[in-house]
Amino acid sequence: MSPTYYLLLSALLFAIGAVGVLVRRNAIVVFMCIELMLNAVNLTLVTFSRINGQLDGQVMAFFVMVVAAAEVVVGLAIIMSIFRTRRTASVDDANLLKY
Amino acid sequence: MNAPLNVLVAAAETTSELPHVGPATGMASLAWLLFVLPAAGALVLFVAGRAANKWGHWLGVLTVVASFALGLAIFLETVGLPAEERTREISLFDWIAVAGLHVDFGLRLDPLSLTFVLLITGVGSLIHIYSTGYMGHDPGRRRFFAQLNLFVAAMLVLVLGNNFVMLYLGWEGVGLASYLLIGFYQDRPSAATAAKKAFLMNRVGDVGLAIAIFLLWTNLGTVQYTEVFENIGTLDAGVLIAITVLLLLGACGKSGQFPLQAWLPDAMEGPTPVSALIHAATMVTAGVYLIARTHPIYDLTTTGRLVVALVGVVTLLIGAIIGCAYDDIKKVLAYSTVSQIGYMFLAVGLGPAGYALGIFHLLTHGFFKAGLFLGAGSVMHAMNDDVDMRRYGGLARYMPITFITFGLGYLALIGFPFLSGYFSKDAIIEAAFAEPGWQGWAFGGAATLAAGLTAFYMTRLVLMTFFGEKRWEKLKSADGRDYHPHESPISMTAPMIVLALGSIGAGFLLSNGHVLIDWLAPSLGELEEHAAGGALPHEIVPWIVVGFSALGVLIALLVVGGRPTPVERPEPVSLPVRAARRDLYANAINEALIARPGVWLSRALVYVDNRGVDGVVNGTAAMLGGSSGRLRRLQTGFVRSYALSMLGGTVLVVAALLAVRFA
Repeated sequence: MSPTYYLLLSALLFAIGAVGVLVRRNAIVVFMCIELMLNAVNLTLVTFSRINGQLDGQVMAFFVMVVAAAEVVVGLAIIMSIFRTRRTASVDDANLLKY
Repeated sequence: MNAPLNVLVAAAETTSELPHVGPATGMASLAWLLFVLPAAGALVLFVAGRAANKWGHWLGVLTVVASFALGLAIFLETVGLPAEERTREISLFDWIAVAGLHVDFGLRLDPLSLTFVLLITGVGSLIHIYSTGYMGHDPGRRRFFAQLNLFVAAMLVLVLGNNFVMLYLGWEGVGLASYLLIGFYQDRPSAATAAKKAFLMNRVGDVGLAIAIFLLWTNLGTVQYTEVFENIGTLDAGVLIAITVLLLLGACGKSGQFPLQAWLPDAMEGPTPVSALIHAATMVTAGVYLIARTHPIYDLTTTGRLVVALVGVVTLLIGAIIGCAYDDIKKVLAYSTVSQIGYMFLAVGLGPAGYALGIFHLLTHGFFKAGLFLGAGSVMHAMNDDVDMRRYGGLARYMPITFITFGLGYLALIGFPFLSGYFSKDAIIEAAFAEPGWQGWAFGGAATLAAGLTAFYMTRLVLMTFFGEKRWEKLKSADGRDYHPHESPISMTAPMIVLALGSIGAGFLLSNGHVLIDWLAPSLGELEEHAAGGALPHEIVPWIVVGFSALGVLIALLVVGGRPTPVERPEPVSLPVRAARRDLYANAINEALIARPGVWLSRALVYVDNRGVDGVVNGTAAMLGGSSGRLRRLQTGFVRSYALSMLGGTVLVVAALLAVRFA
């Protein structure tokens, strides 16, 4: 199977994730979309690793996973505390930090 | 460029033999006490404050007299040595040692510096004694003596130093003392202004001196007199001329020579003893000392010497012309000083034919001009401190000692035969006439003319002060008191008598048998005899000079003595008198050429600063403030709009990369 399909799939996933981040208001969904984008990138990395016959890309993917796990922990904690104080998980309502 | 200049510079081999310099022994090793004594006196008087009010002035007198006694002892010891051993140096301590610059705090005892030591401490002692009477009732008496002591100390450092940096130290020291003493009556705005004027105009000259020293150091790597003079022949002609002209600028500033002469008459705001000591006998002659001291440099460049002589000639004419028009007794004497120092500059500008003559005139002038100033002070003392000669008249009967001593000083100054000025001034005029070519006629002629003018203005001064109608009888002084002229106390008349004796005898004693000239030879080189081929032979010059002086006296007798003197200044007067009353427009020229353009320049700079520099700075700040005020609207607080802009940015970057890659 040609690696191009993998790349196309990852591009599609990334696009879905990006659109999700831009259009959805629920912080949890936005968060999941970010995860989607990260995993799309992971898929690209693994694909290129395969194409080039080197393991660098796969190693990189592990790094991304680790970072993503850490990010999920911090991100969810922030979303939790915002929800507790403001009783909402909408990213548009958390707009105090502005001009 | 260099070729024509090189012609002007005599070969280095022709310079006069530099004297052998030996170490100082005996009395001479105590020479540091010469200036330490007055300096200590000044320090005690400044620090002790009011506690010293009672006895302070006697301490001031004591230190200077002690310094004079020591100077006399060193002088007598030096006279006992053979001529070639009379130049001695003492190194006191390392003063400045930084990288390549090494300055010794060392003294040079040679005939020239010892001559000055005797003049400074001798006349200084007399004037200190005089001041105990003159300043007797002044509340600032202790401060006065402290500053006078400071002056003597600084002046001695100036003449005793064995390098240019010590000269500069003394130079600035006397400048400071002069500033303090001109502004001694601090409550008078005119005195404060005169002090500032003197200080500022001196700075102009001092900058010249400083640059000359820098030039010497960068070119020769030393500021020690002996080393500089040994190696001066290796310099380029252009550098040499620059150094001589810059040294001359320094000398002009200190000595009130053209074009920096305007401060000296204003300096008469100071107490009269100050005028006598600083602004007649010693400090203002420092310029002559500087040129005589650096004569090995001037020996090498005729151009440099010509400039000195020209400055002297211009100044002696200016001083004599303006002296004829003033009614202020001290200012007439001040312009007379300017003019006489012009003679000294002319003399040292003549080179080896004149260095010693300049110093000779400096010494005799020190006697009679100090005497004249002290006499003027005595007259002022008697006349409620009034200086306007139009309010004097007929004072000879009331103050006979002042009249006789003043009269002797007057005769010496106008060159009455066989008094001091006759020997010294005539010698200079003879040497001027002995110059070849146009210089002989120009220099000699101007000096002779000025001698006639000198006789005129001094006769006018004496007639208006001591003879004629007693104009003061019907007048009151500015503070409403009647005039009661009286002779001054002994403390004032005694120094005047001593100086008058000097005015009579100094010229003959110093010139008889070339005493002074031979004594100065180790420092200044042998005096060159008049070469044949000058403008006028020296046999007939004295007759011409005396003739001109007699003519000046005669005209004054007819014009001033022949009719009553009006108490109010006559107005209007002819153009030359008007010009002379206004200092030949020296102040106006200074103001038009320097002060006003300076003000304009600073105004223009203020404008550029306010509008230009501040405009750029404020404009930048306003622009950044305004644009950020608009740009901050982008910070909406909506996370999703940020995400969109990040996405847009990323797309842009990727597109740009792709465009570069595939274009």
